[in-house]
Amino acid sequence: MKYYRSHVLVGINETSVAAGVNNFIKALRAELSKAGLSDEINILETGPLGFFGKGICITVYPENINYENLKEEHIPNLVQEHFLKGRPVVELMLESAGRFSPKLNYNQRIVLRNSGIIDPESIDDYIGAGGYEAWEKALTQMEPKAIVEEVKNSGLRGRGGAGFPAGVKWSFTAPLDAKQKYVVVNADEGEPGTFKDRLIMEGDPHQLLEGVMICARAIGATKAYIYIRGEYKLCIERLQKAIDDCRNYGIIGTNIFETGFDLDIEIKIGAGAYVCGEETALIESLEGNRGHPRWKPPFPGVKGLWQAPTVVNNVETLANVPFIIAKGADEYKKYGTPECAGTKVYTILGDVAYPGLCEVDMGTTLRTIINDYAGGMKKGFKFKAALVGGAAGMILSEKLLDVKMDLASLNQYSAVLGSGAILVMNEHQSIVDMLWSILRFFRHESCGKCAPCKNGTQQLYRLITKIKKGEGSMDDVELMLTIAETMQQTSFCALGQSPIMAIRSAIENFRDEFIAITQK
Amino acid sequence: MYKEICAKYAPTKDNLIYILHEIQDSHPQHYISKDAVTAISEYLKVPENHIYGVLTFYSMYSTSPRGKNIIRLCESPPCYIKGSENILRKLKTILGVGVGETTKDGKFTLELCACLGVCGNAPVMMINEDVYGDLSEEKVEDIIEKVRGRS
Repeated sequence: MKYYRSHVLVGINETSVAAGVNNFIKALRAELSKAGLSDEINILETGPLGFFGKGICITVYPENINYENLKEEHIPNLVQEHFLKGRPVVELMLESAGRFSPKLNYNQRIVLRNSGIIDPESIDDYIGAGGYEAWEKALTQMEPKAIVEEVKNSGLRGRGGAGFPAGVKWSFTAPLDAKQKYVVVNADEGEPGTFKDRLIMEGDPHQLLEGVMICARAIGATKAYIYIRGEYKLCIERLQKAIDDCRNYGIIGTNIFETGFDLDIEIKIGAGAYVCGEETALIESLEGNRGHPRWKPPFPGVKGLWQAPTVVNNVETLANVPFIIAKGADEYKKYGTPECAGTKVYTILGDVAYPGLCEVDMGTTLRTIINDYAGGMKKGFKFKAALVGGAAGMILSEKLLDVKMDLASLNQYSAVLGSGAILVMNEHQSIVDMLWSILRFFRHESCGKCAPCKNGTQQLYRLITKIKKGEGSMDDVELMLTIAETMQQTSFCALGQSPIMAIRSAIENFRDEFIAITQK
Repeated sequence: MYKEICAKYAPTKDNLIYILHEIQDSHPQHYISKDAVTAISEYLKVPENHIYGVLTFYSMYSTSPRGKNIIRLCESPPCYIKGSENILRKLKTILGVGVGETTKDGKFTLELCACLGVCGNAPVMMINEDVYGDLSEEKVEDIIEKVRGRS
């Protein structure tokens, strides 16, 4: 193996590609070879680096220096100063690089442990980092029942929003005697403000695949589908390459590792509908229908895709599984809280100094996440509110900054963790405006199957528009609550049951604002 | 042409979504015509009303002709609070069209869409397959000029 003095990790994602990262890398290689450094400096194209700078971002090891918003014209200076003379170019550095020291992150990382470190397009890199050991263990040393038990014991709960225990879900399907069973990966990430699954798939596609494989073995499925939204071009490319590589290596296919177990994984592309994040709507979509949710029961675990038993899991949920199988449930339970084990990946957006993604223990407070992982508030701004969990989430005020972020603790405040999106608002932003935007979203995304949601979302939008224009009264505010509560009780699926969360939390936490605008 | 595209897929209903994607992408006006629906219906042996049902349900499909370049501006909360409304106003002025409309020269169609999952760089839009982030009114002008020049 070649020894390099220094490693340059270049983050490849939708944003850096748009900023011209491919030409940048070419130019950087050319400049390094001009300076005679090609054998000393290694360039590694990787996924998310763990911070979210603008444009093209790189991290240089071993110094652990992050640069952001790089342009081709910076290259000569960078090579001369940093790589030749060893003096970091301060003006190009990410301002608070120290705060984003990946060390802080890596200790707590499960899902993102390889992200930004290995080349996501190289199966060898993944295997080199201990990848597919869990799959081999699950396939050759563990009975399906034992796998289900291990996942059950780990306390892993679904990371898509609802938080249902994954092992329990699997245990419904595993014992069923059926000719065909399926694993379906829900990668139809559509919750506004959420892109954790995109970053997981871009940064480490093999880890997701390994989770899928273990799940398939546990429940006895021989076919898995990854339902992914069409906009996630880079994810689709990387996953496809990862699947092809696995096939070539005999990690999936027929008679895997001579055990007689067959498995094939296929990518299916969505066509743009928020409701398809609901598992039965997703299944309808896979079958070539409108994405209307189905009546439950029977649950998909019993009758899912083409009426066969089907386990539908979120990307992040499955990406946790290899760790659980490789290290054991007890090791996994060391992360997080007793009621809610493991870590959670968040995307932090809005008026924070450094919007980005982080993976922290379940139960970490909102304050810690904002201050330690996003560099606090943007200079000159004060915290007002955070929308946690996307449109189906809640608007939290300062009072709740110290609440532990895990499913059980948030439940006490009838709050939800949702998808892991945190959208931070400053003191100048209007809650009414925010709520208007959320309700416009629901009006657009209601699938139209059931009356409470179809009509309710229209009425909510009409009322909030009236209030926003200053033409509403407090009666209208109360009416919104009544409508949303009725929708919660009577809607067919989680979509229509969700608007109440944002509405109630906005009105409870920021009542003054509604009073002010209606009395104008 | 439609028959050839259909023939690439097995004639099962679950392939409908992919056939629709490919037919729309290969049409110069990025839409699914009545003839296409008839062809798909015959191939899959699925009634036309089912195909229209699917086609009009998903936001990525269109039943009417569109421009050469499709602009999809995100209007979800994260982009909204970062000023996507200003970007929309700017786009309308530059292009001289409203939402859902196509410019007279047939080069651009302006659409709104839900979260594109690039919220770290809000406000965001897509033009065809490319994502443009951290939009400002000036930046939008440049981008449109560049794309206009290309096509």
